[in-house]
Amino acid sequence: MSTNDEISEVRIMKGNEALAEAAFRAGMQAYFGYPITPQSEVIEYLMKEQPKHDCVVLQAESEVAAINMVFGAAGAGARVMISSSSPGISLMMEGISYMTSAELPCLIVNVQRGGPGLGTIQPSQGDYFQATKGGGHGDYRLIVLAPASVQEMADFVFEGFRLSEKYRNPAMILADGALGQMMEKLTLPPAGSLPYVDKPWATTGKPAGKDRRIITSLFIQPEKMEQVNLHLQEKYRQIQAEEVRFEEYGVEDADIVLVAFGLVARICQKTMQLARKKGLRVGILRPITLFPFPSQRIAELAPKLEAIVTVEMNAGQMLEDVRLAVEGRCPVHFKGRMGGMIPSPDEVLEAVEAIAEKRNFELSR
Amino acid sequence: MEIPPLTNGFELVYKKPRTLTETPMHYCPGCGHGVVHRVLMEVVDEMGIQDKTIGVAPVGCSVFAYDYMNVDMQEAAHGRASAAATGIKRVLPDRFVFSYQGDGDLAAIGTAETIHVVNRGENILMLFINNAVYGMTGGQMAPTTLLGMKTTTSPFGRESGLAGHPLKITNLLAQLPGAYYVTRQAVHTAAAVRKLKKAIQLGFQYQSLKKGTCFIEVVSNCPSGWKMTPTDSNKWLEENMLPMYPLGDLKTPARSMN
Ligand SMILES: Cc1ncc(C[n+]2csc(CCOP(=O)(O)OP(=O)(O)O)c2C)c(N)n1
Ligand code: SF4
Ligand SMILES: [Mg+2]
Repeated sequence: MSTNDEISEVRIMKGNEALAEAAFRAGMQAYFGYPITPQSEVIEYLMKEQPKHDCVVLQAESEVAAINMVFGAAGAGARVMISSSSPGISLMMEGISYMTSAELPCLIVNVQRGGPGLGTIQPSQGDYFQATKGGGHGDYRLIVLAPASVQEMADFVFEGFRLSEKYRNPAMILADGALGQMMEKLTLPPAGSLPYVDKPWATTGKPAGKDRRIITSLFIQPEKMEQVNLHLQEKYRQIQAEEVRFEEYGVEDADIVLVAFGLVARICQKTMQLARKKGLRVGILRPITLFPFPSQRIAELAPKLEAIVTVEMNAGQMLEDVRLAVEGRCPVHFKGRMGGMIPSPDEVLEAVEAIAEKRNFELSR
Repeated sequence: MEIPPLTNGFELVYKKPRTLTETPMHYCPGCGHGVVHRVLMEVVDEMGIQDKTIGVAPVGCSVFAYDYMNVDMQEAAHGRASAAATGIKRVLPDRFVFSYQGDGDLAAIGTAETIHVVNRGENILMLFINNAVYGMTGGQMAPTTLLGMKTTTSPFGRESGLAGHPLKITNLLAQLPGAYYVTRQAVHTAAAVRKLKKAIQLGFQYQSLKKGTCFIEVVSNCPSGWKMTPTDSNKWLEENMLPMYPLGDLKTPARSMN
């Protein structure tokens, strides 16, 4: 197929391929990765299309090597992406922690699969804690974007690069195996629409007459290390204040609000339709940024609600953030599936009906 | 001829290169790291490539290399210097990129990266400081620790049944097609230092050819970890380290052609 990437273009693509094509269009300058299902199409697509682009695409010997290549390339000022699925992301954690401390921007993509362990290759949201609470060592955060469509798999590449460079902090797209594998129609953004930013801190060779640049995460004096931490925390507060994104459907008159991210938010839309047909006033709040989390909006809604139901493909991870936001102002329930199973709209509806009628229901099956 | 300036009435005949900073080094007295730093930076200065050189030093005694080397530097995770250097070189192919790693870093935790970087023939210069111990963490056993050698984690001497054999990773790397120039040098005598300097010059010169990885092992000492005076450590190095790690070229460009 002939492509002119200078214009936006309507295509039907797999989520993984849409993300890969978007990365080229977003001006990615280097990609390092290692194959793992269900996201290998990302590196396969990039390898195939690389000759058309001015971009390094390299298959590393492991995710450990790959993330440290990202460290080097990002430190040298390049716009860099890395992708993997859950076990591979676990291997990257040391490198990611180093990057947050050295304040290096990059985009990390996790197309999650069910765990723990080698687990399954089916979709999951089991890495929410890992993505939003740090995951590696030390007090750090990633900017986490949760797409819910193939369109967003592409759009969030732009947004992820932009935010990571704005804040000099790694950003993560937290997708899942279903989003990576499913095909949908999307509009690809035009190439060149994301300008490069100045990176005077990058190690590109010491300019004559100026100080050398040092990329490091080592601050051996505790006083200095504390200052670095205070600076990072200030940055995270600013991100929390300025970058929260979420979507709402039907919350205005809702008695029960479903809180769900990614693919599950789309399943909940079907549930909402079914529930409304039965006369239940159900709405949806879909966090788009998982860090920063839309805590304030949830806190505003809570006092007006009969209940909140958090729906996830895990054992109840975002649930903790919802409860922290609600602070007891309304009951918070959980409905989930685990291990690569996707909840059906009907089983979420069953839970909603039980909650409305104050009956017991099966939390997770 | 340029007339050397006078300092306090003395003629200045030897000074540090501009590529070393004013920061006093933290290395133990007699440690080889400081000498290698100096020689490396002398070459960068003499070749006039200070503005085109980017170095990577990971965790190890030389983790503060960026305090001393007056070039753009990155501090990498333990074992991953060559991976970070790969990332730099791939996006800035016309720069001179070097990694500077200890034996624990390069030949234990970072072995996979080491082998694959050389196997891909990344156009970087890898410096490998082999002092047969983990200097930074207090003298534990390294993959290069000699059999019978006492360290804090081989208190009765390294025994192969428990801890395997000294790993001659440089010999292994010389077998890889991606390696362009592989040599083993030392810094225990003035003559050895001069040879090392020549090797580093070649390592940087070859980098412009883009023909593969240049790898220089430096058999070095760790007076603190070995619990010896600097003089004794150099003597011990000569008598014990060099028979296991003999000096000289393992692969030169002429032979690389075969
Ligand atoms: C992941 C990780 N594991 C362990 C350490 C602790 N550590 C720091 S340096 C080092 C060994 C350094 O030895 P070597 O590479 O030989 O360098 P030397 O200090 O001898 O020059 C170790 C184990 C670390 N920093 N990171
Ligand atoms: S501990 Fe050993 S390697 Fe480290 S500075 Fe001291 S002598 Fe050198
Ligand atoms: Mg050592």
